Amino acid sequence: MKMSSSDIVLSKENDRKSIRSFLVRELKPKGKLFTPFNLISVPVIIMGIIIIVIRFAKGLGAVTNLTQETPWGLWIGFDVVTGVAFAGGAYVITFMVYILNLRQYHTIVRVTVLNGFLAYVFYAGALLLDLGKPWNVINPIIGNSFGVSSVLFLVAWHFLLYMIAELIEFSPAIAEWLGAKRARKILSGMTLGAVILGITLSTLHQSGLGALYLMAKEKIHPLWYSEFIPILFFVSSIFAGLSMVIFEGSISYKVFSDQISAKDHKSHHNIIHGLAKVCTITMFVYLFLQILAFVHGKNYEYLGTRMGNWYLAEMLGFVLLPMILFFYSYRKRNLLIIKVAAIVTMLGIIINRLNVTIIGYNWDAAVQYYPTWKEIVVTLTIIFIEIWIFRWIINRMPVLREAPSWAKY
Amino acid sequence: MNLNRRNFLKALGLTGVAVGAGKTLNATSVKKDSDKEFYAILYDSTRCAGCQGCEWECALQHGLPDPDLEDIPEVGKIRKTDENRRTVINVYSTSKGDVYVKNSCKHCNQPACAAACLTQAMHKTEEGPVIWRDRKCMGCRYCMVSCPYDIPKFDYHSSNPDIQKCDMCWDRVKEGKLPACVEGCPAGALSFGLRRDMIAEARKRINDNPELYHDHIYGEHEAGGTSVLYLSPVPFEEIGFNTSVMNKPYPELTKGFLYSVPSIFVLWPAMLLGIQKATSRKNNQTEDENE
Ligand code: SF4
Ligand code: SF4
Repeated sequence: MKMSSSDIVLSKENDRKSIRSFLVRELKPKGKLFTPFNLISVPVIIMGIIIIVIRFAKGLGAVTNLTQETPWGLWIGFDVVTGVAFAGGAYVITFMVYILNLRQYHTIVRVTVLNGFLAYVFYAGALLLDLGKPWNVINPIIGNSFGVSSVLFLVAWHFLLYMIAELIEFSPAIAEWLGAKRARKILSGMTLGAVILGITLSTLHQSGLGALYLMAKEKIHPLWYSEFIPILFFVSSIFAGLSMVIFEGSISYKVFSDQISAKDHKSHHNIIHGLAKVCTITMFVYLFLQILAFVHGKNYEYLGTRMGNWYLAEMLGFVLLPMILFFYSYRKRNLLIIKVAAIVTMLGIIINRLNVTIIGYNWDAAVQYYPTWKEIVVTLTIIFIEIWIFRWIINRMPVLREAPSWAKY
Repeated sequence: MNLNRRNFLKALGLTGVAVGAGKTLNATSVKKDSDKEFYAILYDSTRCAGCQGCEWECALQHGLPDPDLEDIPEVGKIRKTDENRRTVINVYSTSKGDVYVKNSCKHCNQPACAAACLTQAMHKTEEGPVIWRDRKCMGCRYCMVSCPYDIPKFDYHSSNPDIQKCDMCWDRVKEGKLPACVEGCPAGALSFGLRRDMIAEARKRINDNPELYHDHIYGEHEAGGTSVLYLSPVPFEEIGFNTSVMNKPYPELTKGFLYSVPSIFVLWPAMLLGIQKATSRKNNQTEDENE
């Protein structure tokens, strides 16, 4: 069934025809149309797009609850800061596979990189919705006004370069889909370079997202503000990303089970156990760093306050607990508990990122920020569109399913 | 031609975006410190009569709507600058009676807002005023997050929103004129001159009249020193000042991070490549043994 335009020399006319029929075939939706997911996501997406149009016509105030005191809300605090943390799985997995040469994780590289790439396109892309003058976004890129002393400048550039690196990492799958043998060869040759660049960029912008808030010293609750924010953000992005891989993997393996060979099914369990181990270790390091930040900041006085309790809840319920669960389930090889641990960890990451960016930000202000339903709908829209595209690609390109035989080396 | 070359070099530097980051940060701050003395405004709250003349002059000068006649300073009410006004007068009831205070951008010597701005829309001029440039700004509001005084304000109800903040009437200062508020103040509460001279003047007023003044010039050291200096009859926390700001410049807070970027950019790839070589050799060996 694969396109074989590069094999057979076709006349130009034929070529164009087959490309068209290829496109028509591939653009058609596959599978059932009226699934529960489609029934929920389509109306949300339509509503979200309408809200986005209003936002650009009438200004951010028309759809958001942002104020002069809280200039960054859900779209930055959740979509960008939290979304990018969850996308951290891509650099961790590529590190394990290409740098540490842990070949057993190879089967999940493609799907993780694809997820990471889409997450960056959409969640970092959500930044554009939040910009007052998005047309000036080219200024820091084309070079007429480089704010090189800005952490945001660094983060923005890294987003851009990282998307390119991830696209290169994923590109062999696209080449296989198109049946472009030579292109695939060239592109796979670029993988290691892209991986190394990608890991370096990720280290810097995952921590950079935390460093963004360093200048807001008096505005963030002391329990969440410390000079360690960049390191905390970086370390937590490791287990945030891996928990996402575990969570997403367990869903994909159900939804797309027809694409996965029996061999891969079995190895998937081992992979998940391995990831649980990495999560346990990194969460331990993270907890240690958090305690260090707590002691270093002499934050004892806040314990017992409302924010202090909330802080304890985060540390005990959403870091210590899932860490123990990961450890336990790894020892007992219990898949279910690993999944539970992954979900609790993900909740913990959401709570942590929101604590820094929204809940702990101006925590003592008279008027507290909370998102409008419109902001939430737009956030859901972004997530749903991403899932649609993810599904579209999975159904067409060799991501979960095995690569065509000619692509094996 | 010259300019093009500079831009080209700048673009070259971009390949090590990060490498540039650390260096340039250093270079600009060193240059600014030694080059030229900044201009500054001295505001003496013991002289301020709360007439709001500065608010009117400011609105006129910058084409903003006239101040609301109903909205006058009252004890217990905090008026804030917003997308339509760059300066406001508030009144506080203190141990020495009612005191008026003018609030606006402090024109920090090393402004957090400018360090935050990724397009250099926020810019510390060599003369001292911190200005905002419409054509560069992308409306990300990172300057608002970073400013310790919550000064930059954003127009949430416009499809082409501006950042609004005091620019010390930079257009007038360039022409050698006084800022509009300084010129318009009938009570003589505002003075304008070189920062060094304004500090000397403030010191002199305190020394000449120690009972009248609280012995502190706000802005001499706050946030690393600012180009708006304040005198008060009472400690500054009584008149609503943010006294928890640190005396270090705010951009210092991100310096450590930005300085580490170039080294990571050099070290990481080398290290990763090294590990990669080591592990692939090990794998090959074990494979060989297995065979
Ligand atoms: S007070 Fe705020 S807006 Fe004004 S120069 Fe300082 S950091 Fe910038
Ligand atoms: S909102 Fe404009 S001035 Fe403020 S940091 Fe962003 S680009 Fe710079």
